[in-house]
Amino acid sequence: MVNTVLFLIPLLPLLGFLILGLGYRTIPSKWTSFIGPGTIFLSFILSLLVFFNFHHFAISPFRHLSPWIHVGSLDIPFAFLIDPLSALMLLVVTGVGFIIHVYSVGYMKDDPGFNRFFAYMNLFVFSMLLLVLGANYPIMFIGWEGVGLCSYLLIGFWFKNHEYNNAAKKAFIMNRIGDLGFLLGMFLIFTTFNSLSFNQVFSQAKSMTMGDPTIMAITLLLFIGAVGKSAQIPLYTWLPDAMAGPTPVSALIHAATMVTAGVYMIARSNILYVLAPATMTIIGITGLATALFAASIAIFQNDIKKVLAYSTISQLGYMFVGLSVGAFTGAMFHLATHAFFKALLFLGAGSVIHALGGEQDIRNMGGLRKKLPKTYWTFLIATLAIAGIPPLSGFFSKDEILLHLFGHSPVMWNIAVAGAMMTAFYMFRLLYLTFFRNFRGTEDKLHHIHESPPVMAIPLIMLALLAAFGGLLNIPGLFGGGDWLSGFLSPVFADAAAVTALPATISHATEYLLMGVTLAGCLIMIWLAYHRYVKKEMGLLPDDASHSFPVKLIRKKYYIDELYDLIISKPILLISRFFHDVVELRFIDRMVNGVGNMVVWTGSTLRYIQTGNVGFYMFIMILGIILILFLNILI
Amino acid sequence: MLTVILILLPLAISLILLTIREERVIRQFALAGSLAVFGVAVAAFIQYKTCSHCNLLFTADWLSTLGVSLKFGMDGISLLMVMLTTFLVPVIILSSFNHSYSRPSAFYSLIFLMEMALIGVFTSFDGLIFYIFWELALIPAWFICAVWGGKDRIRITFKFFIYTFVGSLFMLVALIYLYFLTPLPHSFDFQWLYAATLTPVEQTWIFAAFFLAFAIKIPVFPLHTWQPDTYTTAPGTGSMLLAGIMLKMGIYGMIRWMIPVCHIAVKQYAPVAIILAITGIVYASVIAIRQNDMKRLVAYSSIAHVGLIAAGVFTLTLHSLEGAVIQMVSHGINIVGLFVVIDAIEKRTNTRNISDLGGIALKAPRLAIVFMIILLGSIALPLTNGFIGEFLLLLGLFEYSVVFAAIAGLTIIFSAVYMLWMYQRTMLGRTNAITEQISDLTRIEMAALIPVVIMIFWIGLFPGMFLDVTLPDVLQIIHFTK
Repeated sequence: MVNTVLFLIPLLPLLGFLILGLGYRTIPSKWTSFIGPGTIFLSFILSLLVFFNFHHFAISPFRHLSPWIHVGSLDIPFAFLIDPLSALMLLVVTGVGFIIHVYSVGYMKDDPGFNRFFAYMNLFVFSMLLLVLGANYPIMFIGWEGVGLCSYLLIGFWFKNHEYNNAAKKAFIMNRIGDLGFLLGMFLIFTTFNSLSFNQVFSQAKSMTMGDPTIMAITLLLFIGAVGKSAQIPLYTWLPDAMAGPTPVSALIHAATMVTAGVYMIARSNILYVLAPATMTIIGITGLATALFAASIAIFQNDIKKVLAYSTISQLGYMFVGLSVGAFTGAMFHLATHAFFKALLFLGAGSVIHALGGEQDIRNMGGLRKKLPKTYWTFLIATLAIAGIPPLSGFFSKDEILLHLFGHSPVMWNIAVAGAMMTAFYMFRLLYLTFFRNFRGTEDKLHHIHESPPVMAIPLIMLALLAAFGGLLNIPGLFGGGDWLSGFLSPVFADAAAVTALPATISHATEYLLMGVTLAGCLIMIWLAYHRYVKKEMGLLPDDASHSFPVKLIRKKYYIDELYDLIISKPILLISRFFHDVVELRFIDRMVNGVGNMVVWTGSTLRYIQTGNVGFYMFIMILGIILILFLNILI
Repeated sequence: MLTVILILLPLAISLILLTIREERVIRQFALAGSLAVFGVAVAAFIQYKTCSHCNLLFTADWLSTLGVSLKFGMDGISLLMVMLTTFLVPVIILSSFNHSYSRPSAFYSLIFLMEMALIGVFTSFDGLIFYIFWELALIPAWFICAVWGGKDRIRITFKFFIYTFVGSLFMLVALIYLYFLTPLPHSFDFQWLYAATLTPVEQTWIFAAFFLAFAIKIPVFPLHTWQPDTYTTAPGTGSMLLAGIMLKMGIYGMIRWMIPVCHIAVKQYAPVAIILAITGIVYASVIAIRQNDMKRLVAYSSIAHVGLIAAGVFTLTLHSLEGAVIQMVSHGINIVGLFVVIDAIEKRTNTRNISDLGGIALKAPRLAIVFMIILLGSIALPLTNGFIGEFLLLLGLFEYSVVFAAIAGLTIIFSAVYMLWMYQRTMLGRTNAITEQISDLTRIEMAALIPVVIMIFWIGLFPGMFLDVTLPDVLQIIHFTK
């Protein structure tokens, strides 16, 4: 029974995929509207069932389903692990996933690929659930690569456009670079622990010493995988391009769930990571750098989805920073709240794009507050949440990370706060330019603006409620809360907590002060954005306007894409040509032909000896006999 | 007995085919015949399972004064190779129905002659018989390519023939030398060959000769230059037979003989062989990125993929050898699938040039879906067949050397680069004048491809059956090296 429930949670979306995939030409879209979201809804109900009967599952969290790869000492079964961490992820994935599926029914209504879209989305949820439920690294890896594939399929969903296809390919390949790291990490885990199951690896790891070089190598290799999947420096450039996919895809895959897989994986392997302080430092630096770097780019973007994409990269950076100082609960908390408000932001953006008939440039928007009230209010809630304004969810989750960070290193805290202030600035810039002042598009477009239908608006409202009240999951003791999430997740992180030194306790007074400083900073930024974009109506310069060098550099996203093209893509193509035209054709093949020709030449030369003249043969024979006799005498 | 039937049945079909005139009947008979052979192989598989690894031996005296006997049988590895061969031949025959070949009776007769030779290679338990079948396989392969091939076929197939033939001669020399080292009275029986006592120097020479023969067949870098031209110029059927099955003879030979007979030399020279194989992975992958002819692209990708198998074999680890065997099966299935798809496209558009195509998914969605699934198999996505093999091969390689595994692992990135590029430029985007009128897969093509798709997921989801059947034999091979 217990196994059946667990098994059904990923199986239902898979069934949805198979039904929609096999019948993509015949199933009427009315049915698809039920099948697509329906399978996810059922999975959500089952996930709730798991969650509320958690004590049943907690007795034996490891569930063996069937054998898979078994060679000698290598034994990888299909097995699931159900513990607080995976239970939380199940709820996030199926809950947010379901809401986005419902929204998609409205958003994709007129698309000829309606069935195909839901097939891919179901396949995605299946893969994500596998990733979350896997009880060993290879099962996690199935989901890990599976979500990458779905991401590829959905970014290139409108495959007539080669720019979209290029974006899809780029996403897949960059993820594959990370996946190689993951793969090698798994191999090293196997050669070290002789197992790939979480329970065996982690229980053996507990007895390893802090700073063990093997553990460091393992964690670094796995982190390369996380860098690819969660779009951190240097493998982040695929995520902004991934916005080529339909907006619900950006909400579900490229904001709420898939890109957080790296965070989940590290939280899952927490015991390994706390034993590798050097890796943690690298994660911390990478996370902070990414958070700041991406936020700076977001300030100058004019595509509504691109701003949100860079924001996602930046927020993921925060989660990694949290992980790096051992704030596993904080990172998971932020992962959950971010899933709520970032999904909402994307769906809100989708609603705007939908209303404006495909317009994505915020310079051609403005004044949508009155025209799209539901979208505006929900978008505002999400913006406040991500900007860290209390009492919305983002405030609590970001604060928890910042607080840990301060206990770890005040310098890191300072940088992170600067990032938070930038976040407040670019998010309100986006909000103001989109919804305030007057509409800047054409008259024609103005007439066509319409609020989204209920099938899209209701998901917005549901997510807005989550974004607003999601913080309740983990209200800190400071505000009289019970730290519920920390308590719930504590068994998962217990071993890690036992190994790490307790962070210096921070007095309540300091805590208030830190919060106050952060909040004040963010409020100033919001005011600044208001001053610039509402009062002065700045930020509407066309693309070809001249800028000072630093601004131009950021507007061009630091030329990172161009740099990669120059140092990776171009050289590989050159080498490819060199290998084929020079090494292959001029060298190897010529040598082979040379050997052949030499044989032919030898043959045709020696042919002249065979003249058929008996006298000549006799002469040679006698010469030979003399030679042999001569040699005999000599020797 | 089943083993002998497996060899004689294709021969009988081959001969009967020569007597039929009407093309329609020839095709029907060929398809029915190939399915019958597959049926026998399945029966052999069942018998093998039920009699718990009894090897299905058949022995008859022949030239007993020379120590040669007609000894055939199957262990798990042979069985899997025979299953692969007999599974792919019907698929290949189905796909050939797309074309109307001149002299069809000769064409299909040659396919069955080839099938017989391949099964002979995989089931021989006698060295000389192995060699005879090994060379026999080359003849129909050469005829198919040289008679029904494309542009410049005479020059290219001549090179293919000479190149692989020269390699085989080295094997023959080594084999005869080995024969004289077997205990008295000399014999070519595998067991006797394994028992031959060799000095380290002799091992080295014999290893070198075997390696040359097998490496050319696989092919391993830098002995590969016959391969892209031959695959490209051969008719679709020929490319499928060569890439899908024939090259496995080389890997099979390495596992079956080279390792047990000269294991000291194998161990000694393994780093060299692995470096060559890994160089080939990177080299061929990088070249594949820029290929415009789809068949050529797949040809280079095949050098990379089999390079990984060869590298894995030389690590002599259990994981790699098991991975090598299952990857031989997967690679055969996937590359035949790819060639069938390419053949279907070429048949409709008269071109294989990636730059001339585009937007096919809009007009032929079934083709696009099947193509995507086979592609995922060949880029080793988890839950497809390619993943099982590559995971085990890379794991074994990692156990041997971390650096080798890291470099060889680049294949998972490169394969995504060139395969997705090919897919994007042919299937996605907008249609053009050439692809405007393209039609979707026919029933016959679907009949050829659906079994391929099923096997991709079957092996990916339930590899246990394939891994378990070869495990005792792989352990036996490893035992020889201890």
